[in-house]
Amino acid sequence: MFRDAWLIAGKDLRIEMRSRVGLNQIVPFAVAVLVLFAFALDTDQEALRTYAPGLFWVTVLLASLLAIGRSFAVDLADGAADRLLLSGIDPIAVFGGKAAAIAVQLVVLEVLLGAGVVLLFDVTVHRYGLLVCAGLAAAAGVATAGALYGALVAGLGVRETLLPVLLLPVVAPVLIGATRAFQDAFGMAGAEGWAWLGLLAGFAAIYGVFGALSYGALLEEA
Amino acid sequence: MSTATTSSPATTSSRATKVLGWLTLVGFAVLVALAFAWVPEDTRITEQGDVVGQFDAVRLMFVHVPSAILAYTGFGLTFLASLAYLRWRTDWWDIMAHSSAEIGVLFGVLTLVTGSIWGRPTWQTWWEWGDVRLVTTLVMVLVFIGYLAVRRIPADAAVQARRSAVIALVGAVNIVIVNRSVDWWENRTLHQQSTLIARKIRDETLFTLSFSFAVGMVLFVWLLLHRFRLAYLERQIEQIEVNEALAERRAEADLADDEREQP
Repeated sequence: MFRDAWLIAGKDLRIEMRSRVGLNQIVPFAVAVLVLFAFALDTDQEALRTYAPGLFWVTVLLASLLAIGRSFAVDLADGAADRLLLSGIDPIAVFGGKAAAIAVQLVVLEVLLGAGVVLLFDVTVHRYGLLVCAGLAAAAGVATAGALYGALVAGLGVRETLLPVLLLPVVAPVLIGATRAFQDAFGMAGAEGWAWLGLLAGFAAIYGVFGALSYGALLEEA
Repeated sequence: MSTATTSSPATTSSRATKVLGWLTLVGFAVLVALAFAWVPEDTRITEQGDVVGQFDAVRLMFVHVPSAILAYTGFGLTFLASLAYLRWRTDWWDIMAHSSAEIGVLFGVLTLVTGSIWGRPTWQTWWEWGDVRLVTTLVMVLVFIGYLAVRRIPADAAVQARRSAVIALVGAVNIVIVNRSVDWWENRTLHQQSTLIARKIRDETLFTLSFSFAVGMVLFVWLLLHRFRLAYLERQIEQIEVNEALAERRAEADLADDEREQP
């Protein structure tokens, strides 16, 4: 099963590497959102520094919608989804592979955006370990929930508009937890970052289990 | 060929719904009278002799609190009906999940609106982001608005029912996570915690609040019966249309066969 999941993740990541949609469209979109936040908050560097964790994660969540939508759109082309179904690969492996590929893309996006936040918003990282763990756990949470909801809306004519409506309220706990953890990592008072990791990990685990259990039924319908 | 059409009444009304409808109307009239004429305004005198309290704004409790309970009842029913649908795969459970979700969203929005109006004079704010119940209810309503959006998309009935059931289950589980995360986020609530349990409430207010629960529950059942029957009739109409279209195509095919057989 892990080998199959690895195959699926490798397939999705190879498609992204070759098409460069992530690099050419999703990353510039995310950077543009960061810049717009700076415009919206005027030139007040202190305000940008204070709100940097929240702005960073809102940007990641918005960009994740594009990555998740893209992950399922490539399977719809040329009947690839049907062939995936006929291949006999365990649906749990398909779910795991797609979630892993989305998570890897989100981690890359987080690294690039993190550099952007440090440069543009003038924040200083105090706890690198917390920053890395929170980034990984949040990426896993968004990826598992995204893989589940991406499959739910796959094949529907209005999936582009439906995915944000369904997914954004659901990932609200990730936004809260990851923002708090990053506040601590950036040395801002009032947040116990490591405590929030439990919430992020729990969220990823719950959606991982839920997705694995329901993916078979959803794949049959897609 | 079974069409499942003619045996059902072409209306959502029945003797039971008429009785429930009248009970709701009369109950609501009595509730308004109790809330405005019998229940005193909320005031108390501090040790310094100042008169403080919620005054007339407390009467919003008789709409806000039952609405919140009915919203949670609706979403809870959607969760249970979705579980039952995934187990037994019958239209009955699917329609029940859909109908209760719509009513849950209706009361959820009413809860948020009345809560906001009540919050202004009581907390001096229309909205408080640190309040766990407020934010949880908002997220819950948003999740189920998404659920209703999925239900409105034209799709195969079985596919739509299964997807909707999964969304309802995930959404309901997510409410617990949202509740915990918002609680840890600010770790405070402006809501009153133990008014009922600690018996800090006046007898007149407690009675009227209990009465408002009862009226609300009758209204909920009345709405649910009508909405359920409406959805059931809609499905029957869809089935009739499918059957008619099939019959037309068969008739066309028979006619074409007859024409080919004629010399």
